[in-house]
Amino acid sequence: METGSQENTAHNGRTGAASAGHEPVWTGLPPGLLRMRRLLLVVWLGLLTVGLAVLLGLLAGPVWATFALLPLAVAVWGWVMLGRNWRSWRYAERADDLLISRGVLWREETVVPYGRMQLVEVTSGPVERHFGLASVQLHTAAAATDATIPGLDPAEAERLRDRLTELGEARSAGL
Amino acid sequence: MTAPGVDDAVREKPPVLERRLHPVTPLRRAWAPVAVVIGWAVHDPDQTQRQLTRLTTTTLLLAIAVAVPAAALYGFLTWWFTHFAVTDSELRIRTGLVFRRTAHIRLERIQAIDVSQPLLARVAGVAKLKLDVVGTDKKDELAFLGAEEARALRAELLARAAGFAPETAHEVGEAPARELLRTPPRELALSLVLTGATWGTLAAALVVPPILWFATHSVWTVLATALPLLGAAGASSVGRFVAEYDWTVADSPDGLRIDRGLLDRVHETVPPGRVQTVRVVRPLLWRRRGWVRVELDVAGSSNSLLVPVAPREVAEAVIARVLPGVSVPPESALSRPPRRARWCVPVWWRGYGLVVTDGVFAAHEGLLRRSLALVPHAKVQSVRLAQGPWKRALGVADVHVDTGANKTVTARLRDAEEAAELLGAQAERSRTGRRDALPDRWMTEGADR
Repeated sequence: METGSQENTAHNGRTGAASAGHEPVWTGLPPGLLRMRRLLLVVWLGLLTVGLAVLLGLLAGPVWATFALLPLAVAVWGWVMLGRNWRSWRYAERADDLLISRGVLWREETVVPYGRMQLVEVTSGPVERHFGLASVQLHTAAAATDATIPGLDPAEAERLRDRLTELGEARSAGL
Repeated sequence: MTAPGVDDAVREKPPVLERRLHPVTPLRRAWAPVAVVIGWAVHDPDQTQRQLTRLTTTTLLLAIAVAVPAAALYGFLTWWFTHFAVTDSELRIRTGLVFRRTAHIRLERIQAIDVSQPLLARVAGVAKLKLDVVGTDKKDELAFLGAEEARALRAELLARAAGFAPETAHEVGEAPARELLRTPPRELALSLVLTGATWGTLAAALVVPPILWFATHSVWTVLATALPLLGAAGASSVGRFVAEYDWTVADSPDGLRIDRGLLDRVHETVPPGRVQTVRVVRPLLWRRRGWVRVELDVAGSSNSLLVPVAPREVAEAVIARVLPGVSVPPESALSRPPRRARWCVPVWWRGYGLVVTDGVFAAHEGLLRRSLALVPHAKVQSVRLAQGPWKRALGVADVHVDTGANKTVTARLRDAEEAAELLGAQAERSRTGRRDALPDRWMTEGADR
């Protein structure tokens, strides 16, 4: 077991060094996640706008009803922000590790060597399932590792899980 | 690798010898009901008074006649139904009277073994044995065993975990230990006197209660604050002295041995290659004497101290044994954050620093209480780069290195480009660093000891 993984790392050390030279091939998220988030945003804030407008219009007078434009402004701002956030998410499968990069203002980039993965999880909540989305989460022995890729196509999520598991087994190393 | 396992399963299994704990074990919870009664009496004295007057001798005798045998029976049964056995690959602990529970602890996953003897256990000649494995809890300790038996069991567990054949594991016995360091009581006492926390808690315990007295004139409020404060002051001075008294670090083929304690003796063994991070801490007042404290993180272990106080050179020699082939980089080797980082963290930015050697990723922080955290490349689980808006405006970023002991070491305020390079390079190093690591069973092939 031990010798096997040693050979593997030695072998991949070369390809890793070769691929480290040029930029990793980044993959963005499919548009499904953005669509879902924007739809949820519009639905909730739309309801809030309408509710607020009606309530204020009836209780305080039509002038006050213009305050209902506030959630509308938030919705527009959120629409743009969600787009930026969605564009910032990307991941790259390199020869020996997985890269995940995210965030616009608070940027974060995570590198997880395949050999350190303890468990790969594919999760999909009810809303996500309705939109045909799934997220892949990687766990290492360190709880601080927060390597999650949200909003993937279920087929892609499963492919990624299988590939990560396979690579993880080949390069397995414990604590 | 699988062949022997399959063989074992097919072959007629030798009967696994199941053992029981030491017969004094049931007594270890004898204090609990007494403590509950005392706690209740202290909590509500008036009520107790009234209840006591109502008690007649007959009811008291009756209660004792019921409670004592019941408690004794319960204690006896829990002891009777607790078994443990050492098999080829695991330690098995079976417990439970009503709810059965069997813990299987895989020996090659052992991160550390502690044999501890609280004061009363020393009087009774028994000891607790605890295996640190990721995910075990308090229940998975063997309390109590005979002191000699605990020592023999530890030696056997270590021998099996090291990969000696099961037949010989009995006879291997205790690996010889070579003493690396022993803390003199004077040095320990002086180091505690020179620690800010000791004086801080002491000052709080002396100043806060009188102030409260003048403010409220309520005895209970004062007592309620004074007792915890005094307790904290005692724990940080006398308590630490008692716990860290006669601190001995020894080196053996089975790993590092740490023996400590004045009243409660604790003997800890950390097998080779289990240390995830090492921190060299230099409090302000110790610096003139050139003393350091060394802390370590082992996955699943609660103890985090390696050397309570020692001269720097001695501590570095110990670290060289803990992390083979690693030398502690001197402060001059640290690369400091760029000057513009002072807008991010004024003054304290000077305390941060980073140096990456062949063996370790070393991050420094703190100006007054300086701490240098070392992570062997092989122990890095993941690497993260984080940059907030303010840091991005200044062109700096933080690099986090996560280890298996749930500790994250952070190189703060690095130049953004350098941080990006560091991210890739560190991932590469942590991947390849594994090649030189010892196997989990450290006495098997590959270990050149």
